[in-house]
Amino acid sequence: MASQVTGQGIGASLIRKEDDRFMRGRGGFVGDIRPAGTLDVAFLRSSFAHAKLRGIHIPSSIRSRVFIAEDLGGVMPIRADTALPGFKSSVQPILATGKVRHVGELVAMCVAPTRAEAEDIAAQIEVDYEELPAVHDMLAARDPGAALVHEHWSDNLYLTTEIDVNFEAAKAKAKASVRRELRTARQVMSPIEGRGLIAEWNNRLGQLIVTSSTQQSHIVRTGIAECLGLDEGKVRVIAPDVGGGFGYKGILLPEEVALSWGTRKLNRPLRWLEDRRENLTAGADCREHHYVLTAYADDEGRLLALDCVATVDAGAYSAYPFSACLEAGQIGSILPGLYDFGHYRCRTYSVATNKPPILPYRGVARTGVCFALEVTLDALARELKQEPSQLRFKSMVRPEQMPFDNIAKRHFDSGDYPEALRRCLAAVDLDAVRERQRRGERDGRLVGLGIAMYSEQAGHGTSVYASWGIPFVPGFEQCHARFTPDGGLELRVGSHSHGQGHETTLSQVAHELLGVPHEQIKLVHGDTAETPYSTGTWGSRCMIVAGGAVAEACDQLAIRVKRIGASLLQAKPEDVRLEAGEVVANSGRISVAEIARTWYRRPQELPVHVDPSGLEVTAGYKAKRDTGTFSYAAHAAVVAVDPATGEVEILDYVVVEDGGVLVNPMIVDGQIYGGAAQGIGTALYEEMAFDGRGQPLGSTLADYLLPGPTEVPDIRVFHMETPSPYTRFGQKGIGEGGAIAPPAAITNAVNDALKGLGCELLDLPVTPRRIVETVAKACREKSAR
Amino acid sequence: MKPVAFDYERPRTLAEAVRLLSTNADAKILAGGQTLGPMLNLRLVQPTLIIDITRIAELTRVEEDGEAVTLGACVTHASIEDQKIVDPSNGFLAEVAHGIAYRAVRTRGTIGGSLAHADPAADWLSCLMALGAEVLLTGARGKRRIGVADFMRGALDTELEPDEIMDGVRIPKLSKKARAGFAKICRKSGEFADAIGAVLHDPERGVLRLVAGATQGRPIIIDPATCPIDMNFPPPLGPVRKKLEQSGLAADVYELNIHMAAIARALDKAHAQ
Repeated sequence: MASQVTGQGIGASLIRKEDDRFMRGRGGFVGDIRPAGTLDVAFLRSSFAHAKLRGIHIPSSIRSRVFIAEDLGGVMPIRADTALPGFKSSVQPILATGKVRHVGELVAMCVAPTRAEAEDIAAQIEVDYEELPAVHDMLAARDPGAALVHEHWSDNLYLTTEIDVNFEAAKAKAKASVRRELRTARQVMSPIEGRGLIAEWNNRLGQLIVTSSTQQSHIVRTGIAECLGLDEGKVRVIAPDVGGGFGYKGILLPEEVALSWGTRKLNRPLRWLEDRRENLTAGADCREHHYVLTAYADDEGRLLALDCVATVDAGAYSAYPFSACLEAGQIGSILPGLYDFGHYRCRTYSVATNKPPILPYRGVARTGVCFALEVTLDALARELKQEPSQLRFKSMVRPEQMPFDNIAKRHFDSGDYPEALRRCLAAVDLDAVRERQRRGERDGRLVGLGIAMYSEQAGHGTSVYASWGIPFVPGFEQCHARFTPDGGLELRVGSHSHGQGHETTLSQVAHELLGVPHEQIKLVHGDTAETPYSTGTWGSRCMIVAGGAVAEACDQLAIRVKRIGASLLQAKPEDVRLEAGEVVANSGRISVAEIARTWYRRPQELPVHVDPSGLEVTAGYKAKRDTGTFSYAAHAAVVAVDPATGEVEILDYVVVEDGGVLVNPMIVDGQIYGGAAQGIGTALYEEMAFDGRGQPLGSTLADYLLPGPTEVPDIRVFHMETPSPYTRFGQKGIGEGGAIAPPAAITNAVNDALKGLGCELLDLPVTPRRIVETVAKACREKSAR
Repeated sequence: MKPVAFDYERPRTLAEAVRLLSTNADAKILAGGQTLGPMLNLRLVQPTLIIDITRIAELTRVEEDGEAVTLGACVTHASIEDQKIVDPSNGFLAEVAHGIAYRAVRTRGTIGGSLAHADPAADWLSCLMALGAEVLLTGARGKRRIGVADFMRGALDTELEPDEIMDGVRIPKLSKKARAGFAKICRKSGEFADAIGAVLHDPERGVLRLVAGATQGRPIIIDPATCPIDMNFPPPLGPVRKKLEQSGLAADVYELNIHMAAIARALDKAHAQ
């Protein structure tokens, strides 16, 4: 293969092409762009979580610069329905209509030459609200008689699902069980760059051009066209450099529709750049789950059954395109984890509340599910007085069972789960930690070790999503590839990079197959006018599907290049091979660059019967099986807990990850580090609390704590490489995994540290206050006995 | 969010700054801007005039007399951290400065601005109360001097009159054998503290003072006059804990624990000297 010769193909830890501009502050983000004549937009947002809109009073002096719902004639609201039986549809207005359903909902769009002046205008608008009881707690929202978020619904449930695989039969067999109630906090996705967009109508092209910080320009284009009733051909969406997304930028925003409408109305470019306050209070909510989970085991600790009732606080609207039910739906299918057992029941509720819509964040439901399951398994191990890892080994899917269809009908493609855990325990040195715990700490702190495992389905396609019936179903990803006259290669894909390094990794795939020097391969992405349709970048799919499409296109280019090369070498096409960027025959060799030059600039030298379709192709990727790849990992955390102050120090953190064949191991490590930092945020810091009136209690990063460099330890990453049988190179998706296990591993470590005090932490994040109060409660109960 | 429109003046003398302040009802003083900047952006303050005092030479003065060192209000945390000032504290001020927020904040943030804002979690309030420092105020009606402990009335509330500017801080010189310690408990490094402990033991000057800061309001001062401890060092923690409970922390086990821990750590640091 080319890579072994050049060190630029699959498996090479190349420095990212993107980093030169990013590291020098020379990236081009939405905020760096300002077309001549642009007006800035500030939105007046609802200050109430739930209220009727009795009136909006706009002084006449500013009326022409303010737009409210009644001005937006003919604009359709955003609907993200699913085809799942019993799903209740929500209608998300572009600007509030009749009532507001969460703090931060858009009420009015204000335009001015600068953002500050637009805010001045917003401050002059008076809104007459009639406050309604806020539905702020997802459990209370399920009660009969609760106030209704959507007044025409019969209750506050978007959807209820139920899986039952012979559950009742398990109870008779079970010798042990533990039941735990667990909760994950509502979080806010915090990319360094917030959302933002510029909308402008181009009269020459007859086209609306929306430059947006998005992960999926094609989906946004479809959504905007639908809401505005425009032909899709009249909408072009461009995603420039995108500074982190994590799922937040995979959503069609009402802001995108509002500015797209407004630019036609005003015949001026309009720009809106989200600020951190909007991001925290109105935009990027995620993660809020509640579980009541019971694990049943036999007398040796083998897992027999899981029984779960899970509730997801899905917020006020079903967000486009993933809907309000993605998280709860995933819970039912992911909860069994890496384990093989025979009985299962899981009911899920997707609950509407007066909070911003819940959006899929890196790992989506897996972070909450891994937390619920792995923390409960540790509780079971304590109940049975077993080493938590030993308990897991007894029930884990074994490598000889692969590929394995689990109890929730997930098809695990490949891997050796017990080996990952064995390597993880060896790396963290379980015996040494247990010995240290026996010795105790001089400073009075308590040391604990926690492990957690998960698998991460990625690149799953049509068969998985079709039954959901959400606004899009991923089909076949495509790549347009062409040689340039100087022998360089252009790749065009419809997915986009928001930090993943696609310009580097997709280039490595192409280099592997065509041998074109890495420096001469250019990725074009993000612009709907220049790239094939794609459902975009989400679900850790791009290395599989975009990588697969690049490979298909390069294969076809290789055939064409060989055919022309053979004729120039006066050999038969079947007698030549492509080798390190050259077509080689017995009679000689010719470089791909020379062939490209001949094709474009000296066609008179081409054979008479040359195939005129040339050196550009569009090819698509079809997985051998579209149920996805399952990368997996074992995480171990060692912590020291001060039971008096609740401070937690992470002493060691180990990840043993199997992402199949790694295209660029350095980028994979980066994905794991970044994900784990976010997982540490989920575990210890991040929490957007709401009061009883549905008001978010944080509006700056002083209130909403993110881990910083000093809170993230040196994470020790080890790789296994079990190829996926279903992908082109055996690669698997790994983009989210780092963020999945840390809350479970760290909570298990804290609970291991505190086990002598007889208490457990079951709510995220595990804050110092929660630890101190839990310890104090355990002490009170102990002394009362 | 962006600030409302405001006028901007950058006077060269303290007298001119006082004149601007006393003739503009909605004026705000800008020093390092590390708090005012975000408050302007969030429109929590909407002044009509910003008076930038960073170009007033006397506000960056460092003066020394027999008993004390006076720092101008616009001396930055970074200058103190880097020991570019005359140090009355045997290195203690530099240690405290080193722990304030992040270096970028310390480069611009000023000691006077921090005191005038009077956030209970600010490091200088607790530190300077332990040291027995005074603030110097200049207004249209003249100058006055007031102990830091009396200057702060409560959270974000001080003795500053609307037409007064804090022009400096007078910090007593510690004797050679004095021991001082400072510790804070934060959720993450660089954040405002959830609990602060500051300790000064200066037997030659007859001072033992413990301060529990980052409470809801004024820091709690513990000394032999207000708590059954004597001048022996380190003092027993039992009476200290009782004093904190009596000062409003009894109802909240977490608050009590972290404030006790901060004081204990500050005592350890002082004891280690």
